[in-house]
Amino acid sequence: MNAMPPLPKQRKLSLKERYAHLTRGLGWETTYQPMDKVFPYVSYEGIKIHDWDAWEDPFRLTMDAYWKYQAEKERKLYAVIESFAQNNGHLNITDARYVNALKLFLTGVSPLEYSAHRGYAHVGRHFVGAGPRIACQMQAIDELRHAQTQIHTMSHYNKFFDGLHDPRHMHDRVWYLSVPKSFFEDACSAGPFEFLTAISFSFEYVLTNLLFVPFMSGAAYNGDMATVTFGFSAQSDEARHMTLGLEIIKFMLEQDEANVPIIQKWIDKWFWRGYRLLGLVSMMMDYMLPKRIMSWAEAWEMYFEQAGDALFEDLSRYGIRKPKYHEVASKEKHRLSHEVWSIFYNYTHAAAFHTWMPTEEEMTWLSAKYPDTFDKYYRPRFECWTEMQAEGKRFYNPTLPQLCVTCQIPMGFTEPDDPTTICFRSADYKGERYHFCSDGCKDIFQNEPEKYIQSWLPVHQIYQGNCGGAEVKDVLAWYHLNFGTDNFDYEGSPDQKLWEEWQAQKATNPV
Amino acid sequence: MTIEIKTATIQPRRQTYANVARRIGADKPASRYDESMFDLQATGEFHYRPTWAPELELFDARRTAIVLEDWHVLRDPRQFYYGTYTITRSRMMEATEKAFAYAERRGHVAGISPEWLQSVHHYLLPLRHYEWGANMNNCNITDIGFGSAITEAAMFATMDRLGIAQVISRIGLLMDGGTGASLSAAKQTWLDHASWQGLRHAMEDLFVAPDWFEVFVAQNLVLDGLLYPLVYRGFDEAGLAHGGASLSPLTEFMLDWFDETSRWVDAVIGAAARESAANASHLSGWAAQWSARARDALLPIATDVLGPQAEAAIDTHMADLAARCRKIGLAV
Repeated sequence: MNAMPPLPKQRKLSLKERYAHLTRGLGWETTYQPMDKVFPYVSYEGIKIHDWDAWEDPFRLTMDAYWKYQAEKERKLYAVIESFAQNNGHLNITDARYVNALKLFLTGVSPLEYSAHRGYAHVGRHFVGAGPRIACQMQAIDELRHAQTQIHTMSHYNKFFDGLHDPRHMHDRVWYLSVPKSFFEDACSAGPFEFLTAISFSFEYVLTNLLFVPFMSGAAYNGDMATVTFGFSAQSDEARHMTLGLEIIKFMLEQDEANVPIIQKWIDKWFWRGYRLLGLVSMMMDYMLPKRIMSWAEAWEMYFEQAGDALFEDLSRYGIRKPKYHEVASKEKHRLSHEVWSIFYNYTHAAAFHTWMPTEEEMTWLSAKYPDTFDKYYRPRFECWTEMQAEGKRFYNPTLPQLCVTCQIPMGFTEPDDPTTICFRSADYKGERYHFCSDGCKDIFQNEPEKYIQSWLPVHQIYQGNCGGAEVKDVLAWYHLNFGTDNFDYEGSPDQKLWEEWQAQKATNPV
Repeated sequence: MTIEIKTATIQPRRQTYANVARRIGADKPASRYDESMFDLQATGEFHYRPTWAPELELFDARRTAIVLEDWHVLRDPRQFYYGTYTITRSRMMEATEKAFAYAERRGHVAGISPEWLQSVHHYLLPLRHYEWGANMNNCNITDIGFGSAITEAAMFATMDRLGIAQVISRIGLLMDGGTGASLSAAKQTWLDHASWQGLRHAMEDLFVAPDWFEVFVAQNLVLDGLLYPLVYRGFDEAGLAHGGASLSPLTEFMLDWFDETSRWVDAVIGAAARESAANASHLSGWAAQWSARARDALLPIATDVLGPQAEAAIDTHMADLAARCRKIGLAV
């Protein structure tokens, strides 16, 4: 029998100490295997952590409480999802065009939730400190929640609308979905500290109000009860994730001064990477929502320019400045959504959602929101395209676009100081020339060329014969995109035809 | 009698997602488990090699010797997705909370003889570190495992083990009057006491084991398969003669959890073993090798608790484990 000495008399633990016993107190310094073999990935990025115990837990959640709160939220959410299906809730949305925002979300964003789940599991295993590891594990399982509840929420829409039927397959293959896919794989293939800077800080803390929130607010504004309920249900998870994002960045910055330049470089990179990804959201906000929340420019001003100012002022005491090229993003805010929507209008035959030209009423809204740019640069173009369409000469771009090697968006963005000239940048590396849409994307490439020369560029892959064949129809079949159903304009689509039938049914009595 | 509310019926255009329809063989209504489990993980068209494992893809089936044509055969018979998982655990926890509330009202774990109480400190509380190790091992499987079927359930197992470590810790706090002294002492026991070193050594070796399926077998089938019945049944029963009954409701969670989780573990290993003789051979080899190691690791602790009966007790549990292995298709 063991000879255990009597326990010394001690005072009761504070809540903080109690939580420490229930979390970080579980870990130990290994001796049968060296610590650097058990945790092999914490040093190669150059981040120095001297004291993992200095980690402040961003929230104190034990598993009993976690299971209880989350189960309660799940019960409520699934009750709404069921009632939505039972009552054909999809008939109450503002217009079937709205569903195209959901198509973009389910194929472009939900798979990222899953990737986040795996990425946080990686860090949740590999950080040395048990405290931050637990915070990451909780986010890992939360992200799985979001992926799964989004699939369940949209399942009803998939039964009635096109383009939602094979989101994972499309995410890995379709040309514009390589933008979000490469973004997240970039983060997941980085080391644990960069991953957290990329996702917890840049993505969750700095940019989440510009990604997750616009989709959920869009749902609220457009009568989509199911998706907005998911949004509300995920809100408290997101709040925890944002808290973790700020905590991790402060923790790294406080541990060693030498960490500051490394983190600044990551903030620069992930700001620009995230901003480019948000191009898809900008067009969703300005063009795809029948009932709009606010313009992209307004959202950028509120959530990045104002909120970001306060945040980076707070971080300036560590020597962190605003991300490089933030001023370029601000210059672009009056044209971003128009340029992106134009790209999709050009390539509507190859997209898994429908496009359209804005109505006169919508153009009036755009003119009001973008007084300096819309009437000058975009209205004439859109009016021309509308006229061509009326004459039966709808404009399609028949050649495949050149893609930016970094963000993988077709090269359709304009020079920061000239909205009439397409911005081209290039760099030579090991005898090959690589092309970029911006200085931001070029910088990112030049900092890690060995990473980005690996990019799976959809257009290159098509030309190399890796995407089902040489004809557009072959490639679309390989994407699992149903030709004539999922693609082309909303006008004339099966979605539109059915929607109008349902509306007519609602309005009349059966004979 | 039934009543019928008339609703407008609109014919759905499809019943489920195309990937699910391909897997279940037809476009028919699918379960929530199937819709949210199949094919979530990317299997190709990767952009960049992970900087932390540049010789492999981000998700790579080559991280284990087990070979499967379709990784989605590793289904969870509990059909857990996040919603059903959290709701199940929250229900189980309600019972545990009642047991804690009852014990806390009485201020201590009443009626246990002082000698047995000391034994409980010795055999139960250090297990919170074992659970934390099991959390790391399952988190590793979530990280580098292949396919959304196994990794999803491994994520749930990861959080389960943290939860169980916290239940054990709360028992310690109950016994030490909320000072944490018992937990600090248990950590020293885990780190230094000779009886515990075999188990700690095994756990640390698993932290660096490269094959995640071996880790799955060693942790979830073998070590748990021997430890849980030994500790939460065997030791618990031995304690009855010493007034240990008041402890049982506090560890009921672990027994329920073990019975439920074993169904998953058996289904996963069974499915992999059925696929090929090569798989069965790897799995059998791991099970045999880790069974021997588990016996050696647990015998000293069992001896501390059960005295001369330890060897016989552990061999009974070893025989049960071997029978379980044979039932799922392993040769041990």
